[in-house]
Amino acid sequence: MAAERWDRDGIPQHPVAWLVATGRNRAIDGLRRRRTLEHKATLLQGYDQAVTVDDIDLDENSVSDERLKLLFTCCHPALAADGQVALTLRALGGLSTEQIARAFLVSHETMKRRLSRAKAKVKAAGIPFAVPPDRLLAERLPAVLAVIYLVFNQGYPDGDDLAQEAIRLGRLLSELMTDEPEVYGLLALMLIQDSRRAARVVRGELVLLGEQDRSRHDRAEVEAGRLAIDRALSLRPTVGPYVIQAAIASLQAEERIDWGEVAALYERLELLTGSPVVALNRAVAIAEAGAPEEALALVDSLDLGDYRYLHSTRAELLRRLGRDAEAREAFELALRMATTEPERRFLARRLSGL
Amino acid sequence: MKYAMLIFPKPGSHESLPPEQYAPVNADYLALRDDPRCVGGAHLQPAETATTVRHNRGEVLITDGPFADTKEVLGGYYVLDAADLDDALEFAQRIPAIRLGGAVEIRPLVEIPAEAAF
Repeated sequence: MAAERWDRDGIPQHPVAWLVATGRNRAIDGLRRRRTLEHKATLLQGYDQAVTVDDIDLDENSVSDERLKLLFTCCHPALAADGQVALTLRALGGLSTEQIARAFLVSHETMKRRLSRAKAKVKAAGIPFAVPPDRLLAERLPAVLAVIYLVFNQGYPDGDDLAQEAIRLGRLLSELMTDEPEVYGLLALMLIQDSRRAARVVRGELVLLGEQDRSRHDRAEVEAGRLAIDRALSLRPTVGPYVIQAAIASLQAEERIDWGEVAALYERLELLTGSPVVALNRAVAIAEAGAPEEALALVDSLDLGDYRYLHSTRAELLRRLGRDAEAREAFELALRMATTEPERRFLARRLSGL
Repeated sequence: MKYAMLIFPKPGSHESLPPEQYAPVNADYLALRDDPRCVGGAHLQPAETATTVRHNRGEVLITDGPFADTKEVLGGYYVLDAADLDDALEFAQRIPAIRLGGAVEIRPLVEIPAEAAF
C-alpha cells in the first residue's frame, strides 16, 4: 500500500547513527546469529566489484582512493543539495549532462547551469579534494550516503536506471570505507529493494509487496544485501538509520513477514529520525500485523500535510475497515496527487474495486 | 587560499552578557586573532555608528545608519589564509558569535595575480 520505498522526505537528514546507543532489537540479533563473518566477507567480495574509471586515468591502486576523494568533494555540505547529486552523477557516474537532466526532469540548460555553478563553487571556495579526517567523518559521511540513496530512488519509479548507478557507487564506497556500518547499511538497503524490481512493476502495473510474485525476486541480490547487513552489525553494536531500513527490507523479503517486528524496527527508526514518513510506514506495518484501527489512528495523528502516500495509505486502511465511502474519498484524493502512471492505474483499480 | 570570515552576531547576544561571561568570549576572539592562519581582521563598532554613502540622481547622498536594512549586521571579520574550505570551516566554528546564536559567512577572496598587484 504505502511507499515500500522511501520517498525523498524519508531520508534521514542527519543520521547520527554511531552516536545513538539504542537497545538491541530481536530481528537484528537474529540476523546476527544466523551468519558468520567469514562466510559473508567472502561472498560480499565475490559480488561484482566492477569499478569503472571515467574521468580519472590513474593506476589501479590510486583509482579507488581518488574516486573516494571525488565523492566527498561532490557531496561537500558547502554545495547545494541538487548540485551535490548532479555533480556526483557527472563525476562518478559518468552520466552525461543530458541524462542527468532527464532523470531530474529539468532542461538540459538548467542542468548545465547547475553543474557549472557547483563546479565553480568547488574551485572558487577551495572545497578540498580529500577524504575528510576522522574528526569530520561522522559529520560528512551522511551527506554522501544521502546523495547515493537519492540517486537510487531517482532511478526506481520509472525504471529509468539510476538505481544500478547508485548501487555501484554504494559498493564502491563499501570497498573503500570498510569500517563504517552505515555504508554497508545503505548498500544492503539498495540491494534488497532492487531485488524486487522485476516483481514490483509487471506489464507496466505497480504490484504491492504483499501481492508480488516472490519467485521474481532476485534471491542473490537479497542474499548479498543480508551479507552487507551482517557486515554492518559486526562492526558496531549500535545501528544507524540505513542499517535499520535494510533490516526492515530484509524482513520483508521473507516468505512470511513478521509485521510486528517490522513495526518495532520502524519505531526505532522513528526515534532516530523523528520523521513522520517513518511513522506512516510504521502504521502500514501495524495494519499488516492485524490492527488496522490502531494504524488508522496513528495515520490520522500525523502531520504530513499533502504527502501523497498519506492519502493512499488512509484510503487502503479505510477500505480494509469496510468504510467504503471514506475510502473512496481518500482514493480520489490520492489519485489526484499520484505522480507516475503505474501509481495512477493502481489507485484507479482500487477505486473501481470498492 | 584567503577567506574573509564575516561575523553576524545575533543582535544583542554579546552586549547582554554580564562582564564575567563576556571576558572569556572576548579572550576567544583575541585567541583567534593570534591563530597563525589569521592575517587580518577587525571588530566593528555597532551599526548605530554607521554612515552610508551612495549616489542619488547624481547627488552624493549621505545617510545615518547601515546600508542593509536588516536586523543582522556585520559585527566584524577575520581574514584567514587557510589550506582549503574545511580548514576555514574549522576556524569559523570556533568564532564565539556562532555559539551565541549568530552566524559566520565564509567568502573566498579574489586572488590577485602577482603581476597585476602593484
